[in-house]
Amino acid sequence: MSHFWHFYVAGITLIFIGVMVWLFISTGKAKVTTGQNKQGEETTGHVWDEDLAELNNPMPRWWLWLFYLSVIFALAYLVLYPGLGRYQGMLGWTSSEQYQEEMAYANEVFEARFAELASQPLDVLAMNAEAIQVGRNLFAHNCSTCHGSDARGATGYPNLTDDHWIWGESVDQIWHTIYFGRQAVMPGFSSSLSDQDVTRVATYVQQLAGLDVDATMAAQGKKQFDVICAACHGTNGLGNPMLGAPNLTRGVYTYGGSLDDIRYTITQGRNGVMPAQRELLGETRAKLVTAYILSMKPQFEQNEALSHE
Amino acid sequence: MNQTATYNDKVVRQFAVMTVVWGIVGMLVGVFIAAQLIWPEMSLNISWLSYGRLRPLHTNAVIFAFGGCALFATSYYAVQRTCHARLFSDKLAAFTFWGWQAVIVGAAITLPMGFTMGREYAELIWPLAILVALVWVAYAVVFFGTIVKRQVKHIYVANWFYGSFILTVAVLHIVNNLAIPTSLTHSYPIYSGTVDAMVQWWYGHNAVGFFLTAGFLGMMYYFVPKQAGRPVYSYRLSIVHFWSLIAIYMWAGPHHLHYTALPDWVQSLGMVFSLILLAPSWGGMINGIMTLSGAWHKLRTDPILRFMIVALSFYGMSTFEGPMMSIKTVNALSHYTDWTIGHVHSGALGWVAMISIGALYVLFPKVLGLQAMYSTRLIEWHFWTSTIGTVLYIVAMWISGVMQGLMWRTFNDDGTLTYTFIEVLKLTEPFYLLRLMGGMIFLSGMFIMAYNLYRTWQTAPSKVAAVPVIQPAHA
Repeated sequence: MSHFWHFYVAGITLIFIGVMVWLFISTGKAKVTTGQNKQGEETTGHVWDEDLAELNNPMPRWWLWLFYLSVIFALAYLVLYPGLGRYQGMLGWTSSEQYQEEMAYANEVFEARFAELASQPLDVLAMNAEAIQVGRNLFAHNCSTCHGSDARGATGYPNLTDDHWIWGESVDQIWHTIYFGRQAVMPGFSSSLSDQDVTRVATYVQQLAGLDVDATMAAQGKKQFDVICAACHGTNGLGNPMLGAPNLTRGVYTYGGSLDDIRYTITQGRNGVMPAQRELLGETRAKLVTAYILSMKPQFEQNEALSHE
Repeated sequence: MNQTATYNDKVVRQFAVMTVVWGIVGMLVGVFIAAQLIWPEMSLNISWLSYGRLRPLHTNAVIFAFGGCALFATSYYAVQRTCHARLFSDKLAAFTFWGWQAVIVGAAITLPMGFTMGREYAELIWPLAILVALVWVAYAVVFFGTIVKRQVKHIYVANWFYGSFILTVAVLHIVNNLAIPTSLTHSYPIYSGTVDAMVQWWYGHNAVGFFLTAGFLGMMYYFVPKQAGRPVYSYRLSIVHFWSLIAIYMWAGPHHLHYTALPDWVQSLGMVFSLILLAPSWGGMINGIMTLSGAWHKLRTDPILRFMIVALSFYGMSTFEGPMMSIKTVNALSHYTDWTIGHVHSGALGWVAMISIGALYVLFPKVLGLQAMYSTRLIEWHFWTSTIGTVLYIVAMWISGVMQGLMWRTFNDDGTLTYTFIEVLKLTEPFYLLRLMGGMIFLSGMFIMAYNLYRTWQTAPSKVAAVPVIQPAHA
């Protein structure tokens, strides 16, 4: 703020408050020509619209004090806090510093409490109740936006509670996904496949997942699949976790498994991005979130075993 | 002055009737979107029924259509009688009526279609904003022209407030709407970033201060002494609170932008001037309520006067609540919660709507050539529905607002928030239901009013005789 604006702001503020105080004092003292109405009350003598008039009562004392007290508070506040132009106030407070300090303090406390915990190997951490709880909290406020508060995902966002892992299910692979992020690009084939071919390939993709589909269509689709799609998804459709090319035999889809959905994926392509948490959550927090994700695997396997019994 | 001159009550009648019509429309939209917050599927996936488009329609309809028509009607009524003169120009007055209705209809079409400037309480696209400005200039000419024509030297206090409201709203509207059009329905504001936000809330807060406060204080200063049959309590108090109110309001806008990119010093000034504003605001409440001293017994029999006194009480309560919420530490809890919605509605339903309803019940029989409304008992019913509806509404929002504020700021030991957004939302739902009930009860009162007005109109002479201008007492 330049010299001019500093003095402009500070000056106009103080002068304005002064004028307001003067208004209250001078009006209280001002003499008013008065008259009397029929009830013998002291009025200003003016009458409008037959019966509208004004009494000459003094202003309530408590109300005047309410005003003066608010002015005193305001002036004291402006001495202590920034307000009068460039003047920072005796406390030297700024909102950005308060924010920085609170964040620094919170981080310090967090690191002090959890850094040691997070230094354990991830597979051990995944069995630590405290780590899982903290990871669940972090997940709820950072990851649930896409993956859902129950981690079951949504269209475009994988379910993290099942055993279908696009980028691999080992501890290292999951950690890599969370910490460094992933980008899964499926190119669109609208220029190389005819509309009919797309339908055939999509039908074959459904057959790969065990659906009962038109066998002739699927057989024709397989020819195109082996030429184009097998490069990433493999001739048997088992996918490739190195590329994030999903296994197509499981019937689990990120972008939907209806014929129309698959057709859309083949013609338009998909671009799935998992943001890297290195810069967002940092290492300690990312580890705790990973522990929470890993902790859901045994639960899933147990449920699967029960359902097969 | 021509002895046979009469008041122009035609335009008053028109605006007064449309106040009831737009009141019902605006509050109906409010009730609908309140229900949508509980049952979002009510939008039926129709874009123009979606919450984001109907919310500005609700605010525009209740503030500018309902509140605006009430202000036009009562200011035209009061300025003629307190100046002892007919309106400056019948043609311009008619233009303000038809122009204002055109703006409202334009808003009701463009807002649901999704055409908006994206500025809160100033959403109307630039062609409509220009029409607003034209109508407003005509309003100023009619109002101040009538003041110039007055037969009494002293200008009555109600006219100070109406006058400051008209002048300031013109300035606010024009400055905040400065924009460069890119098409018939789209424009860019000439401000950017934090400056844009500050201009917007300088406008936004003064729209509250001048449209919803000063204008309705003008209404109060005419209709409360009239209905009570008592002189205004204190002339000095009116002078001091008038000047301090209009001067200090101008500084208070930044309290809408606490803890944002707005520089700290501006936030501080916004806060301290909001606190200094408490006493000037209360000046109006004191002057209104104390005007009833010597006439308290009338409250027992006169539901119209009860409307006014309850309106003044809500005015006092929300102008106390406002400065408290502007304190930074309180604001850190209250901002972005339902508390703000509750605060706004204690002013909007409790003060603005109830003082307008009271004034309209005084005004309707007068401009229809009658002694009284068709049914006092229905006014009584309306009084209770309004009061109960308002109380239910604001209590629901207070509880859910404080609950939201507290839950949002609760931390776990690990630094994460204890409650996710959806958890807080689930606990808010019952209060949304309570709020919806409050709104519906308030709206039901508006239907009672419409019926009462309809029956009153039926008893009116088919051709209402023009009321001759009363000669001033000392002329």
